[in-house]
Amino acid sequence: MNNIEDRINTPNLKKDYRTHSDLLSTKFAGLKLRNPTMLASGFLGISQEIFNRIYGLGAGAIVSKSISIEPIEGYRNPSVISLDKYSYINAVGLANPGSEAFSEEIKHNEYVPLIVSLVGSSHKEFPPMIKKFDDLNISGYEINLSCPHVAKMGMEVGDDPEMVSRIVKTVRVNTRKPVIIKVGIGNANVVNVAQAAKDAGADAITAINTIRAMAIDIETQMPVLSNRIGGLSGKSIRPVAIRCVYEISKKIAIPVIGCGGIFSWEDAVEFMLAGASAVQLGSVIGYAGLTTFSNIVKGIRQYVERKGLKNAMEIIGLAYKY
Amino acid sequence: MQWRLLDLLTNINSLRTVVIEQIIYETPTVKTFVFKDKISSNARPGQFLMVWIPGIEELPMSVMVCDRKEHAAITIRKLGFGSSALFDKRVGDLIGVRGPYGNQFKIGKDTKKALLIGGGTGLVPLLRLATMLNEAKVDTTIIIGARSKQEVFFEKKAHDLLDKTKHKVIISTEDGSYGIKGNATDAMLFIIKKEKFDIVYTCGPELMMKKVFDIGSANALPIQASLERYMKCGIGICASCCIGDRLVCKDGTVFNEKQLSVMTEFGKIYRDKSGRRFEYRPLI
Repeated sequence: MNNIEDRINTPNLKKDYRTHSDLLSTKFAGLKLRNPTMLASGFLGISQEIFNRIYGLGAGAIVSKSISIEPIEGYRNPSVISLDKYSYINAVGLANPGSEAFSEEIKHNEYVPLIVSLVGSSHKEFPPMIKKFDDLNISGYEINLSCPHVAKMGMEVGDDPEMVSRIVKTVRVNTRKPVIIKVGIGNANVVNVAQAAKDAGADAITAINTIRAMAIDIETQMPVLSNRIGGLSGKSIRPVAIRCVYEISKKIAIPVIGCGGIFSWEDAVEFMLAGASAVQLGSVIGYAGLTTFSNIVKGIRQYVERKGLKNAMEIIGLAYKY
Repeated sequence: MQWRLLDLLTNINSLRTVVIEQIIYETPTVKTFVFKDKISSNARPGQFLMVWIPGIEELPMSVMVCDRKEHAAITIRKLGFGSSALFDKRVGDLIGVRGPYGNQFKIGKDTKKALLIGGGTGLVPLLRLATMLNEAKVDTTIIIGARSKQEVFFEKKAHDLLDKTKHKVIISTEDGSYGIKGNATDAMLFIIKKEKFDIVYTCGPELMMKKVFDIGSANALPIQASLERYMKCGIGICASCCIGDRLVCKDGTVFNEKQLSVMTEFGKIYRDKSGRRFEYRPLI
């Protein structure tokens, strides 16, 4: 059993040298993180005890699963399929316990920098959700405008710049906490969507969400996912995500959080060079488990040291100049 | 196409579509399906497969013992939507499997005498364990818990699998129509008063396992329990199966008495498909 994880999984690790040092501390969009790694939304994000464990294992911050106003059961299985060891297609269908149950879940959050991901089909759904979370110990919100496999939510909203603008404005006037907008590959240009979000008052952008995808079993000749269409994550989307982070952060003066197929510290550094202020990890956990966080953080630290820099933030966007 | 073949043979995550080659009728509501899959045939006791019933559902299922080379089996009880669809499959039909996932039951070097307590299809991983105990010549007692005589299965199989070692098969039925009258845990209380065991292995309904754990703790018996929860991914990324901060699919399915003792949700709280917490109704 995971003895190593069990041994180091204690809240004392808050001050652990491997994941927290001046070299790694990151500040952007009103967030202050001990290191630039975050748990990506959708992965493991429903239980406070798991948040504590993942933070104990080295993550800089945690993003919850996307929470909707009412509970969602999600699609019938298969809802997650693995393509190879490095990529997944999922159509979980935004399964989540709903804002009421989730605010109960996290109300005793003591020390985890927790970003609550919210999803909704109309701007009217956000104020009542924010009301439930705003007085709790959370670091901010990530608004999911890019889930590719649920009708009337996520990408259908994200593809409509007017809708994006309306939602971001609504969220903005209802909270003073940092507001991050998660964008993805839809029909609209990702840079334009990010621009609309920024103009409406967003503090940062997370790029990118999963990409609409599908898998068919050739023996049964059937789509594998119960929803047929899902979202592709993992290594296969990394180059696309790098491009999005590069374009958004270069063209728009807004901090960007990179997300998409980060499996190693090298991948994380690549995202930061492309302009990411922080990175989110997800699919890699299915491959390498939760110890990934400390390994990636260690690699980033060693890279920053080797390059003779004082802080990891100095490498953000270094690729622009070429 | 070589890489695809290699992937199918080595990557446990790859979805293998297999043909049901044989069906064994265990009881009117329980069947065992045999199929050819080398990766699954090497599953360790306590590990599970994600079984795809095409177009219907995907379910986590323990791997049943199978004496045919490079073959594996699953045992299903007709219960919900997905399991009923699987139950109705015929020889020649296709199902998909990925895995095996999770950790396994462990046999300590000093283990001389083991007690196995299984309820319903929870017997499946215990039978796989029984073959290992048989090889290791561990003196084994197995308690098979069922509602009634009609629901008892794997009694002969348990005898056959333990043929090389000193063993005992105890049946308990709730209605008393066969064996000891009462729950599997009543039989456990009865037997541990008479005999001393080095370890207790259990798998079955969570409330039964909780009771086994409570009895075990009161009698200072080491325990290994294989837990089951609703799952989506099976690979430790969705947390549908979490109990406290542990993931049944990745940290489990087998937990020992130390791990169980700090699991405050074990036998008390479960989560539904949306992730909301609910309390188990206690056993009467």
